[in-house]
Amino acid sequence: MIPTNVRASPRRRLPIEAIQAWLFLLPAVVILGVFQIFPAIAAFYMSLFKWDVVQGAFRGLGNYTDWLYDNAIRSPDFWRSLSTTFTYVIFTVPLEIAIALVLAYLLFQKMRGRGIYRTVYYLPYVTSFVAAAAVFFWVFHPTYGLVNDVIGVFGIGPQRWLDEPSGIFEIAASAFGVTLPTWLAGPSLALVVISLVTIWHYLGYQIVIFLAGLSNISQEFYEAARLDGANERQIFTKITLPLLSPTTFFVFTVASIGVLRSFDSVYVLTNGFGGPLDTTRTVTLLVFKTAFQQAQFGLGAALAFILTLIILLFTLIQFRILGRRVNYG
Amino acid sequence: MSERAIAIPRGLPRFSARPRIGAIAKHIVLIVVALIVAYPFYFMVTSSFKDTLEAIRTPPTLFPNELHPENYTDAWSRAPWGRYFVNTIFVSVSVTILELITACLAAYAFARMKFRGKGILFTIFLATLMIPGEATLIPKYVLMSPSKVACAGLPCLGWFDTYQVQIVPFIASAFSIFLMRQFFLSIPNELADAARIDGAGHLRFLWSIVLPLSIPALITAGLITFLGSWNAFQWPLIVTSKPDFRPVQVGLSAFRQEAGSSYHLLMAASTFVVAPIVLLFLVAQRYLVQGIARTGIRG
Repeated sequence: MIPTNVRASPRRRLPIEAIQAWLFLLPAVVILGVFQIFPAIAAFYMSLFKWDVVQGAFRGLGNYTDWLYDNAIRSPDFWRSLSTTFTYVIFTVPLEIAIALVLAYLLFQKMRGRGIYRTVYYLPYVTSFVAAAAVFFWVFHPTYGLVNDVIGVFGIGPQRWLDEPSGIFEIAASAFGVTLPTWLAGPSLALVVISLVTIWHYLGYQIVIFLAGLSNISQEFYEAARLDGANERQIFTKITLPLLSPTTFFVFTVASIGVLRSFDSVYVLTNGFGGPLDTTRTVTLLVFKTAFQQAQFGLGAALAFILTLIILLFTLIQFRILGRRVNYG
Repeated sequence: MSERAIAIPRGLPRFSARPRIGAIAKHIVLIVVALIVAYPFYFMVTSSFKDTLEAIRTPPTLFPNELHPENYTDAWSRAPWGRYFVNTIFVSVSVTILELITACLAAYAFARMKFRGKGILFTIFLATLMIPGEATLIPKYVLMSPSKVACAGLPCLGWFDTYQVQIVPFIASAFSIFLMRQFFLSIPNELADAARIDGAGHLRFLWSIVLPLSIPALITAGLITFLGSWNAFQWPLIVTSKPDFRPVQVGLSAFRQEAGSSYHLLMAASTFVVAPIVLLFLVAQRYLVQGIARTGIRG
């Protein structure tokens, strides 16, 4: 005797769409979960242990303190690599942005051959650093390199470039017979070459971003300025630059993060050693050496985590400031 | 002012030398930079056709005295390039196709379906974009290692020296999901309503209406993925050790040591490693540039 009203009562409808949605999301959730989110958590877990290929004793924050101050070999390595990394950023990003900004500004105006220029500037971005390194090794070769021929024209003696551990300012000063204190020596000439190759690689990419930013500036500003009799220089400094500042800032943080985490460029240009005399060993190379050449996974994970925190800091600053929109300055 | 206003209707445009000089100066700047940027490519290709001695002549000759196309067959025979290319093409194509499939399904769910936990899941996906690869490299490596001992406490897949180790971790990317979602959101609701009235389910609507409309976005996302996969270096370097599974980039890196002083051969090898991706870029430049302008990804 089943009361008929039970059957007639509206059954709670199965959320078919929700089930289907989760099925659609399943592949992405599994892959991102297993290969991104889980490893990120596991990295922190590993960093708390002595872990040389196989898991060892729990060390708490011991791996971190080893890098920061506790270990007579590790911590000088760490601070040196951190300083190398930031030097690499400082000698790459501002120059890269300045060149890209000027070129984008020139390319933004209607002119002949615009497409050809853009294509050429963009080519290095699709070229791998491995192939680029094979060529640049030769272009900057101490004996056979073209660059030495070119600077020879200007009366500058041949340099050892990627084999040169001396600082660039030190070399420049010694040409005038001046000896600089070590803290003023600047990045090694090898690191400067790596910066130049990095700029070469990313220039086209930055130009594309700047062109997108330029096309977002309303033409009315330019027309108003012209009516007021502004010249081209004034238009650039008083209109283009301030209105482009969100783009410039975006490019600045993205480029900085890109250099902070770059591995291929330094690895291939120094054959994996971060030489000469460790002057190009960035944090990423030190992670690689610690984890994959010395098989110290725990220490490597701790170092990678420190780098991650630095990168996250840059990202957060980017979000904060871009959220507020840098604009009229 | 008034003089000029009168002068213009007379017909002849005012001819001033200033803008012309300005335009020429601009072109000079652009050309000089273009020459510097393009020189390594020019040097690579011309050196690849020179003989051993001419390749290391200083200063380099602008054009080979004699063309030596046999450098290419010579370089090709010195390393298992055929294998490297098969590996890279198989890996890149698989990653691109599979990644587009997972991205479209997930993006469609985010853009056009209602379900619980959407907001949270979306935020988690967004967060994965902020995790730098370095942070996950070591555990990912351990995850792939062959023996249970090596990864005590963690599960092991034992995927060293395989194709899947180069494919599976990369077949979902939050970046592609966002790119596709953005595009799917712009498809008018009326189309979805019409499809529903015609009795089409979500999968049917996605396949026969949404995807055909999204081809430009698919090409953009696919190209960015393909480029990253073709140029991948660090990951295959640490998880492959045999030529059987190594991609061209790792192969070229190894060939740099092997080629030694045979510089012309190294340049020939570099040329054929770079050529496919450069050609693809020249054909599909528009889509790649659009994608980068829209999203600001930096490989």
